Amino acid sequence: MKSAIRIWDIPGGIHPEEHKHESTQRGLEPAPLPKTLILPLQQHIGARAEPVVQVGDKVLKGQLLAEANGIVSCPLHAPTSGTITAIGPAPYPHASGLAELAITLEADGLDQWTTLAPISDYRTLDPAVLLEMIRQAGISGLGGAGFPTAVKLKARPEQKTQTLIINGTECEPYITADDTAMRYKAAEIVAGIEILMHILNPDQVLIGIEDNKPEAIAAMREAVGTRAMQVVVFPTKYPSGGEKQLIQILTGKEVPSGGLPADIGMVCQNIGTLLAIHDAVLLGQPLIKRITTLTGAALGRPTNVEALIGTPIIDLLQFAGLKPDQLYRLVMGGPMMGFTLQDLNAPIIKSSNCLLAGTREELPPPPPAQACIRCGLCAEACPAELLPQQLHWFALGKDYDQLKRQHLFDCIECGACSYVCPSSIPLVQYYRAAKAEIRAIELQQHRAEHSKQRFEQRQARLQREAEQKELERQARAEKAARLKAAKEAEAAQAPKQAPADTEAPAPVAKPAGLSDEQKQLKIAAATAQMAVKKANKQLAANPDNEELKAQIAELEKAALEAQAAFEAATGGAAAPPAVRAEASDKPARKPVDENLKKAKLDLAMARAAVKKLERELTATPDSDELQQQLAQARTTLQEAEKALHAAEDASPIPPPERERVEKRPVDEATRQLKTDLAMAKAAFKQAERAVKDAQEQGQDASALEAELASSRAALDQAAKAFADHMASKEKV
Amino acid sequence: MSVVLTAILVLLGLALIFGAILGYAAIRFKVEGDPIVDQINALLPQTQCGQCGHPGCRPYAEGIANGEPINKCPPGGESTIQALADLLDVEALPLDAEHGEEKPKMVAYIREAECIGCTKCIQACPVDAILGAAKQMHTVIVDECTGCDLCVEPCPVDCIDMVPLPTTPQNWKWDYPLPPQQLIATDAARGQAA
Repeated sequence: MKSAIRIWDIPGGIHPEEHKHESTQRGLEPAPLPKTLILPLQQHIGARAEPVVQVGDKVLKGQLLAEANGIVSCPLHAPTSGTITAIGPAPYPHASGLAELAITLEADGLDQWTTLAPISDYRTLDPAVLLEMIRQAGISGLGGAGFPTAVKLKARPEQKTQTLIINGTECEPYITADDTAMRYKAAEIVAGIEILMHILNPDQVLIGIEDNKPEAIAAMREAVGTRAMQVVVFPTKYPSGGEKQLIQILTGKEVPSGGLPADIGMVCQNIGTLLAIHDAVLLGQPLIKRITTLTGAALGRPTNVEALIGTPIIDLLQFAGLKPDQLYRLVMGGPMMGFTLQDLNAPIIKSSNCLLAGTREELPPPPPAQACIRCGLCAEACPAELLPQQLHWFALGKDYDQLKRQHLFDCIECGACSYVCPSSIPLVQYYRAAKAEIRAIELQQHRAEHSKQRFEQRQARLQREAEQKELERQARAEKAARLKAAKEAEAAQAPKQAPADTEAPAPVAKPAGLSDEQKQLKIAAATAQMAVKKANKQLAANPDNEELKAQIAELEKAALEAQAAFEAATGGAAAPPAVRAEASDKPARKPVDENLKKAKLDLAMARAAVKKLERELTATPDSDELQQQLAQARTTLQEAEKALHAAEDASPIPPPERERVEKRPVDEATRQLKTDLAMAKAAFKQAERAVKDAQEQGQDASALEAELASSRAALDQAAKAFADHMASKEKV
Repeated sequence: MSVVLTAILVLLGLALIFGAILGYAAIRFKVEGDPIVDQINALLPQTQCGQCGHPGCRPYAEGIANGEPINKCPPGGESTIQALADLLDVEALPLDAEHGEEKPKMVAYIREAECIGCTKCIQACPVDAILGAAKQMHTVIVDECTGCDLCVEPCPVDCIDMVPLPTTPQNWKWDYPLPPQQLIATDAARGQAA
């Protein structure tokens, strides 16, 4: 059967040796259950997942281990049942060889599933619900880049998807994971495509497969049958499997520079991703396994395995008959775009489609680079129609503006240019480094802009605070001036009021006109008041004391009498002395809110009572009565606190402002000396305490005393050094 | 004679007309502010560290606009000097060692067990990247810290360290390939002679 659809060609491209047949001879094998699984929290593009389990937790297969952290992120699930043994840095399959945060899971061997919620009839569901299912299943692109699939499917919600493209190209040498999936799981893949069709409702579905996979093509055609999708076969060429290249081959349209396929109404999904979507929706299983190719001449039996995510690479290689003495370089991914792994204990992750264990003959060290001879072969090979040579020169000169102008970011890093270069220049490595550098610079600029904003906002805030303070200061000054004027006016009136009273020495601040008798009465009244207060205080400490209560009543009576006598002596014309004293005192002191003051006093008293009771209680811990009293005193304290807060809120006086003190920079030597002095002081105090304790307990303190003497000497020395230093500084 | 006079008068008239146009344009299209300062400021790293001797990046940008040397910014380093040289069309100078040397990106780290909660570092931080209150432990918001060092000096108990940002798989960068080897011995000799 010939495909009815027209196909286009992409510019450039190469035909490296395929090496695909080695790993397709044994079909699809299940990998043995590993003992330990390492599950990195970052297996996708975007934010790291956030763990929701703890060390020691027992988890079931398929249970959520870490949840997505933001929109562009992916949750993570347990690939098998077992115990969480660690959450922390662990080996990670990355070009840097650096460790990454991971959840380590010790398998219990039971492989027991958690409760799954499969959907039998997804067609009745809303596409948004299905998208959420895909998101919750932790599916990110299984082709290699690992972009979260749910995000990719709704990348441009306003744009209608015209064409859904299924990428079964797998153009890179050695890799046969998608080939194997199509051969043995074609029905599931087609079911996955139908789910996507229900979500996206595209006009057209194209399944693109290179013509070097006849078995896969036959299997897919059979599975598709009469459904509204087309299997499109096109000639083998590297890198036809790139998303933008495949779109060009199947539709003749180019994704605009810097744009997404969604911009031209396309969505492209990998075969492995479709399998995962099928499992997630129809079986309810999250993404916990994938098909991975194990190949390379250093393996005895290269094959394709269905392995759990998180399986250590060494386990898989041993399963495929690793010959350790022949292993020269282990590559994750293919020979063109993969990266060399540095740690065999790293696990496979969601995007690991191939492990290539190469011998020295197979993956020889690159020959030394020679000078560019400007032959132009690289430009002919470039599938993105860039000028690799120009990019190389600009990368060498670190001319980042020119690199951007030459569309460096349209480079898909396929490696075709390096492959054809007669001078063996590692061109892609230059582009990767330049891209990383440009991204770092852009990030830095972004951060600089951010810091600038924060700095400016802080400056504005400080200025606002300073202005506010200045306004308050002025208001206070005005108020003080007003009160002073009022006082002067009063002082001017006072001599007229009592001009005849020559005996009085007329103190400036005191209200004039009190005779000796009156003074005595006033003193008596104040004393009586004090006695009442004191008794009240005692009562607060011992609320059950009946005798005290009686006393207080008497005292209050006496105080009232004294007050009345005093008022009678001063005469009804004079204002109550308390008020007058307050009025005359005000200008001299800060404004006082009587309620606030009272609340503060009450609080202090209540606090003292609680402390006292606590002390007593430590002496006689069994006294129930004391405990009751303490509880009562505590409630009193709380009430007093509340009252104080209320009084503070009600008070017209603003709460005290903290002042910022500018500290002059202290030089290194001064600080050192200060630190020494403080330390010597502390040592001395400690020694002193030790001696005192020893003396109290009647022990021999002579050794301690010697220590005390030495620490005193050290303290003197430190003090002297510090004083000398300060003196010398002042001289300077 | 009259020809010469006519020419002079015509030129004079033209000069007056164009002068009036220019004068009007100068008022009509007057640019507010000093855009060169903004441009310079945009190139500075905004750490607000004061190592240049100015209280922040913008004052230094103003200083550069008034003819100060462009090599006083250690956090920006070579790349900032190069960018400033390109913008102002002056020669790129090596970094002035008097103001410090280019260091890898650092962030402040408070040893929290030793912090006494004095808030001095909070007041020193130019970008409000330190969180805390009086008598409460303080901590640095790593994402906001510019690594300016200003919090280290005021700390009375010296519990603030400047630590380099660790390399993680997220911020790791591919290296440039090593320069090509000299395969032909005479090339090297020629290079030296030149």
